[in-house]
Amino acid sequence: MVFKIAFHALKTAFKGLSLTVKHLFGAQKARQELDITKDHYFDNQTGIATVQYPKVKMPIPEVARYQLDVEIDDCIVCDLCAKACPVDCIAIEAIKSPEVIGKTSDGSVKRLYPARFDIDMAKCMYCGLCTVVCPTECITMTDQYDRSSTKLTDLIYGFSDMTDDQVAQRKSEWTKFQAEKEAAKLK
Amino acid sequence: MLDLFIHILVPVAIFMFIAIFTLFAVYAERKIAGFVQDRLGPMETGKYGSLQTIADILKLLQKELITPFLADKILFRVAPIVIFVAIFTGFSVIPWSHNFIPVNTHTGLFLIMAVVSIDAIGILMAGWGSNNKFSLLGAMRAIAQMVSYEIPVGLTLITAVMLTQSLNLNDIATNQGILATEEIKFLGIWSIKNVGGVLAWNIFQAPHMIVTYIIFFIATLAECNRAPFDIPEAESELVGGFHTEYGGIQFAFFFLAEYAMMFLVSMLGVVLFLGAWNTPFPNIGSIRLADWTTGFGWGIFWTFFKSLFLVGIQMWIRWTLPRLRADQLMNLCWKVLTPLAFLCMAISAIWRILVIT
Ligand code: SF4
Ligand code: SF4
Repeated sequence: MVFKIAFHALKTAFKGLSLTVKHLFGAQKARQELDITKDHYFDNQTGIATVQYPKVKMPIPEVARYQLDVEIDDCIVCDLCAKACPVDCIAIEAIKSPEVIGKTSDGSVKRLYPARFDIDMAKCMYCGLCTVVCPTECITMTDQYDRSSTKLTDLIYGFSDMTDDQVAQRKSEWTKFQAEKEAAKLK
Repeated sequence: MLDLFIHILVPVAIFMFIAIFTLFAVYAERKIAGFVQDRLGPMETGKYGSLQTIADILKLLQKELITPFLADKILFRVAPIVIFVAIFTGFSVIPWSHNFIPVNTHTGLFLIMAVVSIDAIGILMAGWGSNNKFSLLGAMRAIAQMVSYEIPVGLTLITAVMLTQSLNLNDIATNQGILATEEIKFLGIWSIKNVGGVLAWNIFQAPHMIVTYIIFFIATLAECNRAPFDIPEAESELVGGFHTEYGGIQFAFFFLAEYAMMFLVSMLGVVLFLGAWNTPFPNIGSIRLADWTTGFGWGIFWTFFKSLFLVGIQMWIRWTLPRLRADQLMNLCWKVLTPLAFLCMAISAIWRILVIT
């Protein structure tokens, strides 16, 4: 009984060992196909599986759950993305404008200036909810996934293109407009 | 004066050898592991990652020595040294080439068995001294395993010694090739003192020696705490076992000891069973292959080559077979290896009386 088990153990061990030695000596050529969209992808999977990133990169789809990008000219600063974000990593500050600023590329009317539009990529969990709610589809996910940095603050991406002077100017314009409106009301 | 110089030089040389061997073996192990699993292993440090282990050891050497607050300070500090010295001493009686042996004692084999067993005490010291339950569990498992497996190892050694009639490793090595001082026979029938080669090795001098060698190999694998018998370390359940709390150079010593032990048991197996420094090529008629490949340099080469080959097999096994459960481990030792080893010992005794005489 015991010897039968021992024999079985030796036999199976030998089977495993011959399998691994085959891989040991077969480890000379790399995997043939890295792109999963290709036909016969699964037929070309023998060989070394290691992809020597960053020297070699895997092909990825054009847009997937990677880092976010905001086309700020198309943003109407509606704050929906910030509200949708489950981890609150989008910080938006808006300044109202006395008149219509312009139109986005899809025809929506812009009435707010983005004084601040920061996304903290260190907090983002890449759920993509913000991209779904955006009415003008200006916040999108890109194919960028490799942005390592030595400073944590580098991971807060600022998308607002307004300078401090512009922010101050727009703010004063709005306060002036409001003051004028108040004055008009009092008359 | 010269004597003293040699006495200092030899241990230093052995230590240097162990250190360099470990650096090489760790690299080789990672590469083998990689290839077996269809990976590449280390690739970035140096060409094909060849400087990886040097970078590793430099990192280890720079680390602070941390002793846990509640640890038994003395045991904790001494344990790595005890473990390493136990195995280091074992190298002193193993021959590298014909009459080239650090210490030529008549009880060399006995000495190895004795000092290598001290390893178990070192592991217990490490586990107990760390004051950590994982370390202690690992140490307890290690002791149970090493004490159990000492028995089949001891029995296989006796089996070999019964045939060779000597505990002197130098004599055992010599009597397995063309330089033999005694009559040697292939399977006890054909005198091959002048032929030599692979047929004169101890595993072919009697039919049961092959089985004995397999038992010896499996049991020493367990003595080294190597996979598939690595339950004392069991990274996945015991966080590294008895060396969980160690860091820096103390950890490096555990590593040195582990790899030195691998090489030691491989070398012991080579000396006792696989012809030691004797060449595997026999003399065939006027083609004196054995004569041509025997000599001082050849001796060192063959010892080294055979031992490295066995170390390679140990690594290959480690990356193939899954770890045994503790009860399976004990089953294997007490129900399979020990009875088989006893059987081999009995055959050896009968063989000695009836066949060799
Ligand atoms: S992807 Fe998800 S987590 Fe990241 S900013 Fe958008 S909503 Fe927030
Ligand atoms: S949801 Fe779109 S339009 Fe609205 S603030 Fe966010 S990015 Fe801008």
